[in-house]
Amino acid sequence: MKHLHLILLFLLISMVAFANPEEIDTYYAEDAPWDDGTAVLHKWNLSAKWDSLSLQKADSLGVYQEIFNEFSLSGQYKETGLTPDIKHQYRLVLYNKEQGDSLTLFAETTTQQQWFSMDKLPLLILLLIICSSVLYYILSARRGKELFIRRISGLDSIDEAIGRATEKGKPILYVPGISDLNDIQTIASLNILNHVAMKSAEYGTELLVPCRFSMVMSAAHETVKDAYLKAGRPDAYKEDNIFYVTDDQFGFVAGVDGIMLREMPAANFFLGAFWAESLILTETGFITGAIQTAGTGQPHQLPFFVVSCDYTLIGEELYAASAYLSRDPQQLGSLKGQDFGKLLTIILILAGIIAEIAGFGWFKNFFEGVF
Amino acid sequence: MKSKIPQLLAFLSGLVILVAAFIPHTPFGMFEETLTNWFMIISSFAILLGQSSLIQSNVAKITQKAPNWKYHIATLVSFGVMLIFGLLWGMENTPGILGQGEKLAESLGSKPFDYLFEYAFMPLSSTMFSLLAFYIASAAYRAFIMRTFESNLLLITAVIVMLGRTSFATILTSWIPDSLHFLRLPELTDFIMQYPNTAAQRAILISAALGVVGASLRIILGIERSYLGGEK
Repeated sequence: MKHLHLILLFLLISMVAFANPEEIDTYYAEDAPWDDGTAVLHKWNLSAKWDSLSLQKADSLGVYQEIFNEFSLSGQYKETGLTPDIKHQYRLVLYNKEQGDSLTLFAETTTQQQWFSMDKLPLLILLLIICSSVLYYILSARRGKELFIRRISGLDSIDEAIGRATEKGKPILYVPGISDLNDIQTIASLNILNHVAMKSAEYGTELLVPCRFSMVMSAAHETVKDAYLKAGRPDAYKEDNIFYVTDDQFGFVAGVDGIMLREMPAANFFLGAFWAESLILTETGFITGAIQTAGTGQPHQLPFFVVSCDYTLIGEELYAASAYLSRDPQQLGSLKGQDFGKLLTIILILAGIIAEIAGFGWFKNFFEGVF
Repeated sequence: MKSKIPQLLAFLSGLVILVAAFIPHTPFGMFEETLTNWFMIISSFAILLGQSSLIQSNVAKITQKAPNWKYHIATLVSFGVMLIFGLLWGMENTPGILGQGEKLAESLGSKPFDYLFEYAFMPLSSTMFSLLAFYIASAAYRAFIMRTFESNLLLITAVIVMLGRTSFATILTSWIPDSLHFLRLPELTDFIMQYPNTAAQRAILISAALGVVGASLRIILGIERSYLGGEK
């Protein structure tokens, strides 16, 4: 429970008695709502006679230290980085430098940790609806319900690209992005790598996987090894083909560009998280004449991929790829659930537009976490 | 067992992080930070794996006299030089085995590691980045070739935005009367960037976010396991 302690001091009670209500200076401090008890909100409303202020906090010895001094007649300041469950004492000192007048207002509050971030309630509701729909479709798929999933040409082309590399006797280059293993895009990329590795094992085509991070390299080792094992070609697995280049962004690009120009792979896959290096990689691949498939969840890099690659997986297609390629009904069910999420988003956007036009501000406020 | 334990860990970690996102109270509030710290610790150990992979693959290429094997010597020498300089005299304010290397730092202007970083590594890195300008030009040329209705639209839009970002655009369209000010190139550019461009980017972001929800659920529930090197 929140505790709000409000202390107002008036310099002269007689002055207050005759003053205009609008001229009363108010200041209070309260525990910031729905947080982990590490913030205090300071709010004040001052009369026009003051020209500067000093917000001060009492330290453990009771000595007041200034924490804020930007003047405004009606304002607020959020103090962060506090220790929860501790009482904090403050004072707001107001000055009128011309008249040599000053006023001190005191306040105290105790920061408290909350058990639920109420401002995240709309997010929780949406998440529950979308997760329920994903689970519903997964269960439907388990029961044998036929689900229609639209064709994704970028994924259908993977076999074609690997086939072409096999025909030309050239290797396949697979770059799982430049992000570490804690990025979901890298995980999605490793899932696709499993499929690509299985096909390359079946066709007997060399697969090169340069990695920017050691953790990604270790995971890629396991993924490719497993794929070769499943394809019945464990002997064809070459551990040296999955290697670490460097942690540095452009050092990695230089390394991969060098591989493309020296080894001349016939099929390049750039799937995962990419930033400024995306076009440098794919344009080099374009120069070598390789068939290129790229995909990322970074909207700013997509135009570069679209221009320089033969196929591009846009945003969600990267995450859907593994489910799409596996043809596993359960995984396809989850894609159907995502489609429901898209429908819900469209409905909410339309409802939001109508509500705003009609002047129902509560709809937007609710989704912004303002209650 | 080999895949069950990682699956269980993935399930528990995913669930804890999900729950912690909505509960700021201790201990939930600190779970994300704690798990991130664990990840950092594991990552630092994994650096050794990366370095051993780097040395192994380069040494193998040199001993096998693979094509262009001389480049691999350059890689190993660069790696070794930076490693030795870093170990002996440290970097920035961190001392090395031989201390701060004041005399060397005085003659070079900085410590040997920092000197190489600033005057060899940084220029090379910037050179790679600068290639982007040329690649953007070549990629834009291909994209803007008029072939279809869509590429025509792209060309027109790109010309407006590119011109609109220059001072030349103001000179070119300043004669347009105030009543038709929205047709001036800088304003058209702002409109394109603020509305159609932002709308398209947000659409991609929303769908990607839904994709993340789906992919995360598949991982948490153990439906998606290929990243673990296990069966699908």
